[in-house]
Amino acid sequence: MFKNYIQLKQVSKIYKNKFTALKNVDLNIQKGEIFALLGPNGAGKSTLINVLCGLTYHSKGSIIINGMNLSENRKKIKSMIGLVPQELHLEAFETVLDNINYSRGLWGKHKDDNHILDLLKKLNLDDKKNNLLMQLSGGMKRRVLIAKALSHNPTILFLDEPSAGVDIELRKEMWEIIYALKKEGVTIILTTHYIEEAEEIADRVAFINNGKIILVEDKKVLLNKLGNNKLVFTLRKSFQKVPSLLNKYPHRINRKKSTIEFFLSKDKSEVSDILLSFKKSKTQYLEFNIEKRSLESIFVDYIKKEK
Amino acid sequence: MINYLAIKAIYFHEMNRTKRTILQSIISPILSTSLYFIIFGSAIGSRIKEIDGVTYGMFIVPGLLMLNLLTQSVSNGSFSTYFPKFNGTIFELQAAPVSGLEMIVGFVGATATKSILLGSLIILTASFFIDLNILHPFLMIFFLLMTAITFSLFGFVIGLWADNFEKLSLIPLIVITPLVFLGGSFYSINMLPEIWQKISLLNPVLYLVSGFKYSFYEISDVSIWTSIITIILILFILIVITLLIFKKGYNLRS
Repeated sequence: MFKNYIQLKQVSKIYKNKFTALKNVDLNIQKGEIFALLGPNGAGKSTLINVLCGLTYHSKGSIIINGMNLSENRKKIKSMIGLVPQELHLEAFETVLDNINYSRGLWGKHKDDNHILDLLKKLNLDDKKNNLLMQLSGGMKRRVLIAKALSHNPTILFLDEPSAGVDIELRKEMWEIIYALKKEGVTIILTTHYIEEAEEIADRVAFINNGKIILVEDKKVLLNKLGNNKLVFTLRKSFQKVPSLLNKYPHRINRKKSTIEFFLSKDKSEVSDILLSFKKSKTQYLEFNIEKRSLESIFVDYIKKEK
Repeated sequence: MINYLAIKAIYFHEMNRTKRTILQSIISPILSTSLYFIIFGSAIGSRIKEIDGVTYGMFIVPGLLMLNLLTQSVSNGSFSTYFPKFNGTIFELQAAPVSGLEMIVGFVGATATKSILLGSLIILTASFFIDLNILHPFLMIFFLLMTAITFSLFGFVIGLWADNFEKLSLIPLIVITPLVFLGGSFYSINMLPEIWQKISLLNPVLYLVSGFKYSFYEISDVSIWTSIITIILILFILIVITLLIFKKGYNLRS
């Protein structure tokens, strides 16, 4: 067993029009983990997934998956992979069951209606098995795409924006499915715009921007290391200028909400000093709370630093 | 290792599409062929003298068969490749452990099957209108198979090349159909002035129509061996082109 199940070394992707979508990406993904790729639009998330799934070729570097070089063992590696694309691309006039069986066949597996029906049950689609795909809602189509990707029992599952256009209820259902797959030992790599999704389900996260991986970290470590908590004051009046006594503490102002957030260290030792500074600077507030700092705020800070 | 199950999956996926579009794929060509027989075979054909010892109705059978085989093979072949690109489902074929060759066998196999089925139905339809007697049935089957496979492959290449619906219908409409009509489908090139006879020899479809005519009635515009070599050569060239396309990932992978 390879500890680093998926290894990327100095991987670059340069398109014919000279656009560099990935720049010297180094990445290690472990077996059985849920790995989230976060980044703004055009950051290179989908390109990275397309390269790993064989939809496009990388220009430089090496990719090793389960000890095999992707360039030399493309077919073998592809047989281990399932992909849920971002767009809802499906054959409109085919039934759910036929379409999923088609996917299974493409991956070299015999037709198995029982296996597919089990999958459909897990995805709450069993009553739709004979429906035409064009008759399904967007959320159902997304679930069909997941069923197609799982039809051949992949050991690696790529989910490109799995929650795009999906309501919160279905999103939570999907998270349950992802947890269940993790329990079965499937390695899951997902890209997402929803930071709370990564915060909820990922074991590790990577920030990608302008084709470069700018951070890879265990989610819990990251939240811990970069200040798991923040002290949030709701002000009586929004600041024109932050008083110098308060300015020395790392903070962020939300003028619309008239709040100021101070990022706290792990032991929260600054709390009493900040409160004292409020008093000294005669700054009035309505209330204050200690809240958890989100992955989103960490992400935004990183992207800002990059710029 | 060859992914036989993927070939099977693609093949039946495509055949199911034919079932869903039976009117367009099968009924429509048979109807138009019947009209050809009614108009050219019975109405006008009865006033035309025999050509090379066969009635005009009989004479046009190989040509009509070729017209339908070529246009349907190219149209169906190109559509089956282009459609996944158009509706976005091509990602699945790209992500699956399916080689270019396996894709070709699956797609071209299905398209060729449709064409062979159509060809057989056209022969059956023709037998209702004329007294059909095929002198070399095995040779006829050889030409039927080779033409269906070769032009289904040609359609496959067009489907890869096309990036819009106009390009998709461009080749069948402005190349294939004129070549069939000018390839001696409805006349013998001996009826043309000498210069046009020579120009006609540049038309590869002439050799296929001629081969077909020979298999039916032992009449031909060129030697049967030239026809056999031509169809094998066209198939070989198309296989090489298709494999090169897959190697380079043209219009499939960047």
